[in-house]
Amino acid sequence: MQSKSDEVLIGRIATGDRLAMQVLYARYHVRVFRFVLRLVRDESVAEDLISEVFLDVWRQAGRFEGRSTVSTWMLAIARFKALSALRRRPDEGLDQEVAGAIEDPADDPGIALEKKDKGALLRKCLTGLSAEHREVVDLVYYHEKSVEEVAEIVGIPENTVKTRMFYARKRLAEMLKAEGIERGWP
Amino acid sequence: MNMINKEPERHEIEALLPWHAAGTLSRRDADRVERALADDRELARRYDLVREELTETIHLNETLGAPSARAMEKLFAAIDAEEARSPRRRRSLDLGSRISEFLSSFTPRTLAWSATAAAVAILLQAAVITSILVKEQGTPGGPSLASAPSEGSFAVVRFAPQATATDITNFLGAYKATLVEGPLNVGGHLYRIRLSDTKLPQDEVGKIIRQMQSESKVVGFVAAKD
Repeated sequence: MQSKSDEVLIGRIATGDRLAMQVLYARYHVRVFRFVLRLVRDESVAEDLISEVFLDVWRQAGRFEGRSTVSTWMLAIARFKALSALRRRPDEGLDQEVAGAIEDPADDPGIALEKKDKGALLRKCLTGLSAEHREVVDLVYYHEKSVEEVAEIVGIPENTVKTRMFYARKRLAEMLKAEGIERGWP
Repeated sequence: MNMINKEPERHEIEALLPWHAAGTLSRRDADRVERALADDRELARRYDLVREELTETIHLNETLGAPSARAMEKLFAAIDAEEARSPRRRRSLDLGSRISEFLSSFTPRTLAWSATAAAVAILLQAAVITSILVKEQGTPGGPSLASAPSEGSFAVVRFAPQATATDITNFLGAYKATLVEGPLNVGGHLYRIRLSDTKLPQDEVGKIIRQMQSESKVVGFVAAKD
């Protein structure tokens, strides 16, 4: 099981094993990067943040108690750092709807053609969700986190996780409807 | 098929659909959802919408790329600086522990058998490909190419939790596909497969992907990958 293997690595990192740190980095850096990038929307900032996340892991490995999986622990650190970075950039509001991210296809034949591809349109709407909704959707669908794990990473009750996911999906359906895709839900 | 009579229960089940699609529910909850889906046509339709969202969320994230080497260099420079200031005690591990850790790196975060089976399959296939290349080329230089080829048409696949090694082998054989890399993601479920040694037309790749998507007993997710 990878979670057990991760705990072994954290134990080694706690003793200053640099190689274990490299293994953990190789295992998780892409995933942590993508999680952070989806929140901050800036590759350069995201790269800086993952260095900080893994440096925190190096520093705090000795205090890791194994109450959650290592990946959940790291995503929680990553989220905290991403939100702190966003607070330093007031133009990127945490709950701001990024409606502008969805371009108007009417003026662009390329986009109009792409619109025929429902999958592409769905991805475009996923990109346009608010940061709060993006993170819960990503954690559930891409990072394969359970209700309990999302609650721990985001710092909200489990029922709120389910409610937030519901509203994220509802918002997605509304955005699709505005683009001409009627899903018959909600 | 009948709708679930109790609306609150239906609402509760519906709220679990995203986690059911991602395979992260407990066995008990997964069974509840499965029973509800079998009895409720509308709920099953909504589950299809959830699966669409899951597919496109994975697709979207997989196109985000990866950080440059700068991030790692920055991290280890910071670690070196910290170690220079206050070094930590080190300890060595015996060979058994190192082998154990090496092997555990091939296994998934969860107990999903499919990922384990795929990990075994990829090792076996890599060995076969390696032996063929060595034989054909007469040099030992080929194996690294065999394990990470760049020519041809590719897809990313996540095998269904119930898929066995035999299922996966038969599936790959039926499509003349080869497991070439994986797991790609940290969760340990995504694998890269080669559909063809040559670059196929996009519509042909799309046709193969659609056929693969219909094999839900073996495949949970599949998408073309450049």
